[in-house]
Amino acid sequence: MDITEVPVTQKGKGKKKKNKSDKTKTTEQPAKMETDVEVKEEKTEETVSFPPAFSVSDIKNKQRRHLMFLKLKQDKRKQKMELKKKRKRQEKMLGSKAPPKQVPKTIENQRVYDETTVDPEDEEVAFDEATDEFSAYFNGLTNPKVLITTSDRPRGRTVKFCRQLATVIPNAHVYYRRGLALKRIIPQCVARDFTYLIVINEDRKVPNGLVLCHLPEGPTAHFKVSSVRLRKEMKRRGKEPTEHTPEVILNNFTTRLGHSIGRMFAALFPQNPQFVGRQVATFHNQRDFIFFRFHRYIFKNEKKAGIQELGPRFTLKLRSLQKGTFDSKFGEYEWVLKRHEVDACRRKFQL
Amino acid sequence: MGESSRPCTVWLGSETGILKGVSVSRKQAFNFCNSSQLSRQHEVRTLCWADAAESELLVAAVDGTVKTFSVEKGAFTDTRSCGDPAEGCFVGMAVLDNGAAQVTCAESGLLRVWRDESREPATEIRVGSDVARMRQNPEHRHNVATGGKDNCLKVWDLEKPDKPVFTAKNLRNDWLDLRRPHWVKDMAFIPGSDKVVTCTGHHQVHVYDPSTPQRRPVLEATYGEYPLTTLSLPAAGDSVVVGNTHGQIAVLDLRKGLVRGCFKGLAGGVRGLQCHASQPLVASCGLDRFLRIHSLENRRVQHKVYLKSRLNCLLLASRPLEEAECAVGEDGQEVKEEDDDVDEVWDAMEQVDEREQNLKRKTPEEEAENSNRKAQENFKSKTSEDGENPEKKTPEEEPPKNKTKKRKKAQA
Repeated sequence: MDITEVPVTQKGKGKKKKNKSDKTKTTEQPAKMETDVEVKEEKTEETVSFPPAFSVSDIKNKQRRHLMFLKLKQDKRKQKMELKKKRKRQEKMLGSKAPPKQVPKTIENQRVYDETTVDPEDEEVAFDEATDEFSAYFNGLTNPKVLITTSDRPRGRTVKFCRQLATVIPNAHVYYRRGLALKRIIPQCVARDFTYLIVINEDRKVPNGLVLCHLPEGPTAHFKVSSVRLRKEMKRRGKEPTEHTPEVILNNFTTRLGHSIGRMFAALFPQNPQFVGRQVATFHNQRDFIFFRFHRYIFKNEKKAGIQELGPRFTLKLRSLQKGTFDSKFGEYEWVLKRHEVDACRRKFQL
Repeated sequence: MGESSRPCTVWLGSETGILKGVSVSRKQAFNFCNSSQLSRQHEVRTLCWADAAESELLVAAVDGTVKTFSVEKGAFTDTRSCGDPAEGCFVGMAVLDNGAAQVTCAESGLLRVWRDESREPATEIRVGSDVARMRQNPEHRHNVATGGKDNCLKVWDLEKPDKPVFTAKNLRNDWLDLRRPHWVKDMAFIPGSDKVVTCTGHHQVHVYDPSTPQRRPVLEATYGEYPLTTLSLPAAGDSVVVGNTHGQIAVLDLRKGLVRGCFKGLAGGVRGLQCHASQPLVASCGLDRFLRIHSLENRRVQHKVYLKSRLNCLLLASRPLEEAECAVGEDGQEVKEEDDDVDEVWDAMEQVDEREQNLKRKTPEEEAENSNRKAQENFKSKTSEDGENPEKKTPEEEPPKNKTKKRKKAQA
């Protein structure tokens, strides 16, 4: 089959090429005719036969170049505005018949399909999730109890961040690290029935890392923390949060890895939220960045609801997910961010 | 079930207790289990072939049972209890005398040989605590090697179970005269020699040579900074493929211990690694739930299959992985041979094609160039030679005519 297919395409190409060559010939012939008449002019034409495309950067005078560039920009802007106006006018004219609005292309809606995306009807994945390390929490057997600590000698913002995080997560206890090794803290935590260990790392007084370790069997996730905003730095924030257990919103954790991370966050909070408190903790995943927000809501009337941010807010990015409790040296990693291998495609997301 | 299991060339054991078969040529994956009986108790720890013909698989589960899986029938045919779950899960399994006896080794260090259908083990060896892996010598099937954490490499002859044939010695103390920790994670016998290659939890690769009096490794190499978990020997020899807990796989040269190349694309720790017996392929599986097949030659990913659960172990069939593709390749070769021997007509046709291609490639550009050049020459040589121009043009126009004729022939 292949043998028959290949020459067909070649013939097609060949014909095209022939046509082209014919055209070139036809164009050449009159040129040659002219050459017969006037020789000197022809030579000049030869050198300028392909005028280069005009570009602003070719202008050598700096001032003039600048001027021309400004003009170019203005023209472009004008054109754009005109197009926009025209489209709007058309929309008004046509009313409901107007062509649908174009959706801008973003790397999210152009996302490459991930084969690990969890299908809710998949038996095997369902079984895997039902029997994983969080099954005790999701079956209602354990209640979360969280220990929050920091890297050694925390300064300023990190301490405040820890305290505010403890007000968000119910049943959380902040302890001073006292230079203890995590591997020695973990057995003590397990003995005292803690289900989570959160370690906030800081660099130059800025919190920059978060280790989330589920106890007693793991897994351990390591996040990069960025853009931390404490309660005090927040504009239009509400009053201090109450003691009620908040509701949890987990957005957009679709892949298998995303599911495990989502379950991990869900297990931080008690399962039955107190709706009286009207408080919501949100973990929103977008382009593999997890945005944390803490809100209080109010139903103004049947249609409208108002929200009020309580803070703190921060952004997480997953660095690694390790099986078992914290053991960065000998632990087995389930997923590691390998920037130069994984990030080759900007439209591929892991969570 | 048998229909789906026969074409499978890669077998994987998962943490959820499912035996998975992957047919690479058909690009399909199958689960072999009762979906109603799923439980972590059946978590597959090791896999091995029950006979040389590769018609039956032995599947060792965490709960101390060894199940026989028939590839032909596509179902489990036999179950046998080979130890307590309390003794730790299986770390290795092997078959002796073409299926007559099975060797199992548990984490606690109980190495047992099971003969026929008897409930009691024929021989039982204590190989030390914390065993990480037991492997069989593919050439001398009575030789097995064991090793683990603080449990150095030992080679056992199962016919003389009293004493190990070879016991390795720990590395020399370091420059502070402190004991070097020892943690054998996996080992393999180098075919064609007595040598054994091991990888350790301290990212070292050691080669031991039992034939010499030296009991310390004859070669030490390191790779990366994370514990190595598994290794495998390619068919080509002289090298070893190792994988670590961060999902890095590398080929190490066994002559000097240098890294020959790394395999990309893994996201999670490697649990199972095996090189194909004849093809230059290496299959890996692990915590990222993917089966990946890399080529050893260009180190590219050839196949990538998502298998939904964490994978513990991997077993390749010794026949070519992609039977269909191989068949195509063979066909192609045959066709070529036929071409050489018999079909002169076809030869002639191909030659014509080639010429045509050449012509097609050359003609438009060359003509343009030629005409340009000639035109330039003409201008330079001025009007006096103008009379010759038409004459020169005519030979240029001729080749296309020839072309068209040839094309017509080809079409005919």
